[in-house]
Amino acid sequence: MLMETTSGLFFSLVPLIVFLPVIGLLINITFGGRLGEKVVGTIASLAVGGAFSVSLLLAYSLSVHHEAVIVPFAEWIHIGTLKLDWAFRVDTLSVLMMLVVSGVGMLIHIYAIGYMHEDVRFKGDVKRFRRFFVFLNLFIAMMMILVSGDSYMMLFVGWEGVGLCSFLLIGFWYDMDTLGRPSFANSNAAKKAFITNRVGDFGFILAAFIMFWAFGSFQFDQVFAKVPEIAVTAPWVIVAVTLLMVVGVAGKSAQIPLFVWLPDAMAGPTPVSALIHAATMVTAGVYLIVRSAPLFSVNHSVQYFVATLGAATALFAATIAAGQYDIKKVLAYSTISQLGFMVAAAGMGAYVAATFHLATHAFFKALLFLDAGSIILGMERGHHHLAHHNPHGAGAGGHEEHEGAHEEVFDPGDMRNMGGLRDKMKMSYWLYLIGALALAGIFPLAGFWSKDEILLDAYKNFPIVYWMLVVAAFFTAFYMGRQIWMVFFGKPRTEVAAHAVESPKVMTIPLMILASLSIIGGFLNMATILGFTLPGSHLLTVWLGHTLGEVEAGELNLIVAGLSTIFAVAAIYFSWLIYGRNPLAAGQPDPLKKPLGPVFFGMEHKWFIDEAYQFLFINPYRSASKFLADKVDWAFWHDWFHDKVIAGGYNWISKVLLNEYVDQRGIDAFANGVGSGTKRLSTMMRVWQNGYVRTYALTVLVGVVAILGYLLLK
Amino acid sequence: MVPVSYYLVISGILFALGAAGVMIRRNALVVFMSVELMLNAGNLAFVAFARMHNTYSGQLFVFFVMTVAAAEVAVGLALIVTIFRTKNSINVDQMNSLKG
Repeated sequence: MLMETTSGLFFSLVPLIVFLPVIGLLINITFGGRLGEKVVGTIASLAVGGAFSVSLLLAYSLSVHHEAVIVPFAEWIHIGTLKLDWAFRVDTLSVLMMLVVSGVGMLIHIYAIGYMHEDVRFKGDVKRFRRFFVFLNLFIAMMMILVSGDSYMMLFVGWEGVGLCSFLLIGFWYDMDTLGRPSFANSNAAKKAFITNRVGDFGFILAAFIMFWAFGSFQFDQVFAKVPEIAVTAPWVIVAVTLLMVVGVAGKSAQIPLFVWLPDAMAGPTPVSALIHAATMVTAGVYLIVRSAPLFSVNHSVQYFVATLGAATALFAATIAAGQYDIKKVLAYSTISQLGFMVAAAGMGAYVAATFHLATHAFFKALLFLDAGSIILGMERGHHHLAHHNPHGAGAGGHEEHEGAHEEVFDPGDMRNMGGLRDKMKMSYWLYLIGALALAGIFPLAGFWSKDEILLDAYKNFPIVYWMLVVAAFFTAFYMGRQIWMVFFGKPRTEVAAHAVESPKVMTIPLMILASLSIIGGFLNMATILGFTLPGSHLLTVWLGHTLGEVEAGELNLIVAGLSTIFAVAAIYFSWLIYGRNPLAAGQPDPLKKPLGPVFFGMEHKWFIDEAYQFLFINPYRSASKFLADKVDWAFWHDWFHDKVIAGGYNWISKVLLNEYVDQRGIDAFANGVGSGTKRLSTMMRVWQNGYVRTYALTVLVGVVAILGYLLLK
Repeated sequence: MVPVSYYLVISGILFALGAAGVMIRRNALVVFMSVELMLNAGNLAFVAFARMHNTYSGQLFVFFVMTVAAAEVAVGLALIVTIFRTKNSINVDQMNSLKG
C-alpha cells in the first residue's frame, strides 16, 4: 500500500535488496568459471554493496516517512482464508537489520576475496573460490528475505534459506577437516548444525500453525492487531505461540539447549563464521523476538522465562569460552554468550537494547572473527614458509611435548601454538585489541553502551537475570583478556608463530572499517549521562520507537555502568595475572588447570554437553532407530508383514484362490465345459447326419408339412 | 371356366409326384427331374391364383421360378457330370462322404 505521502521516496526499490545478491550469484554461476577470482569476488561484493546502498536509501526514506511501508511484490499462496503474499515490510526495525546485514556482509565479502584466495590454495581446490561467493550471495539474499518479509511465513522462508546456506557453508570443505586432512569432520559439523536447527524450526512451524489457527493470519500487523483480544479470550494461545517460537529462537540463535551446533559450525571458512555464525544469521532469533514484541510483551512469565534462558546461556557459554584453546572456538562460545545477552534483553522487553547489542555485536564480533581468520592465515603462511625451507622442523619447533601431539598436522588455530604475534602481525593485533575491548565492554567502545543498556534494564526489572549477566560479562572480559595474552603476548611458542606473516590490505581494510564501527558504534544509541543528553543520543531508541512504539530512553546508571566497568577491568587484570604476567610456555598446561581442577576440566570440555546429548538423545535415538530398523522394519514389516502377510497372502490368493478356485475350477471349467458340451451334443446329433440326400429331403418335407399343418390348423 | 381348384389339385398331384420322386429315386438325374416337376407344380399354382385374382404378380413369379430353375439345372447338371467323372456313378446314396 504505497500511499501518496511516500512519493518521491525510495520505498519501491526494496525488492532490489533481495534481487541484487541474486543477480550477483547468477552472474557468478553462469560466467564465474571464465572470470578471474578478483572479478568473481568483486561482482559478489558489488551485489551486496548495491543492496547496502538500497538499504541506505530506504533508511533515508524512513527518516522522512516514519511509518512502516508495505511493498507488495508477488502473490504467493491463496488457499481458502489463507492469503499469503510476498510483501516487503520497510520499517525502522527491518531497515536496521538490512543495514547491518548488507553493511557487515559487504565488508566480509571484500575480506573473503583475500581470505579465500589463500584458503583455496592451502586446501588445494582453487575451483571452489567461485562456489563460495555464490553461497555467500545466496545467504545475503535469504537473510534479506528474512528481515524484510511482511509475514511470519516470508520470515520462515528466509529462516530456512539462511539455514540452508549455513549448512552449505559450514560444509564448504566437506571432504576434509579444518586442517585439510581427508575427513568427514566438516560435513558432520554441517549436518549437526542443520539437524539441530530442524529441532528449532519444528517449534517455529508449530508456532505458526497455532498462530494461523488462532489469529487467522500470518501477516505481522494482522496478528498483532488481534493480540489484545486473544490475550483475554485465550491467553494460553499466546503462551504456546511464544514458547514454541522460543524453541525456534534457541535453534537459530544458539540458546540452551540447542546451542551445540554453533561451536562446531566454526568448521566453515572464517568469513562464514563471521558473517553467518556471529553477525547476522544467528541474530535472526533475536530479530524474531523483537519483531514479535507485541506477542511477547503480553505475558510476563514468558518474558521472564526468555530472559532467564538468555542469561543462563550467556553465563554458561561464557564459562566454556574461558576454557577453550582454539581461537575460533573461544569466539564461538563468546557469540553464544552474547546472543544470550540479546535474547535476555529481548525477553525482558528491552527490544531496543537487544537490537542495539545485535548491531554492535555484529560489528565487533565480525571484526574479531575476521581478524582471527587473518591470524590463522598468518600462521599458515608461517607454516608454509617453514615447510618450504625445512620440511622436518615445521611442526612444533623442537619442543618435545608438542612434537608428539602435533607431529602429523599443525593446527594454526590453536592458541597454544601462538604467542608473541603482536610483533609479527601488528595490524591484526591492534584490530583484535579494539574488538576484544569492545566485546569486553570497555568505555567508550560500542560494547560498553549496548551491554550497559541491557544490564540497566535487567537491573531495574530482573535482579536475578542482572546478576547472571554481570557474571557473564565478567567472564567475557576474562576470556578475551586470556585470548589477547595468549595470542599476542609472550614469546612465540612455536616456530610457526615466530614466522607468521601479516595479511594483505584487501583483508585488513574491511577490518579497519569494522574496527572504527566497533569504536563509534556505541554512539548509535548513547545513553543520557548524568542527566546530560548529548546531541545524537538515543538515536536508535527514537528510530526503533517508530516501529516498536514509544520506548523509554536509557539513562546511564552510574552504579550499573560503574560496576560493569569495574568487573571488566578486574577480569582483564585477572587474566593478566594468570596469562599475561607469566606468559604460557610452550607445552605448559593452562595455569588455571591446577587451581580449578575439575571445574576447568569441565570448562575445557564444554561441560560435556555434547557427551550428555550423545548419551541422552543420540544413543537412545540410535538404539531406537536400530530397533525400528532391525526389529520393526526388518523383522516385523519386511519379514513378517511384507513377506508373510503381503507376499504370502498374495501368493495364496493368486496360487490357491485365483488359480485353483477361480481360474481352474471356474473360468477354465466353464471354457472346457463349453467345449465338451458341444462335443457331446455333436456326438448326439451326428446320428442324423447319415449322408443320404433322400433322408435330408424327407426331413425337409416332413418339416414343411409340419409347419404348414400347424399354420393351417391353428 | 375351369375352377381354380382343378388347377390346384393338378398342381398338388404334380408336387406330390415330384416329392415322391426325389425321395424314392436314387438316380441323381431323375431326382433332378423330380425337382423340376415340383417347381412346375408351384408355377401352375402361381398362374392359377394369378388368374383368379386377376393380377400379374403370380405370373411374374413364375418367370422368376423358371429362371432360377434354369440356372439350377445348369449348375446341377455340371455337378452331376463332375460327380460321375470321379465316382463313375450318379447314385445319390453313394454320395455320403460328408457323413459325420
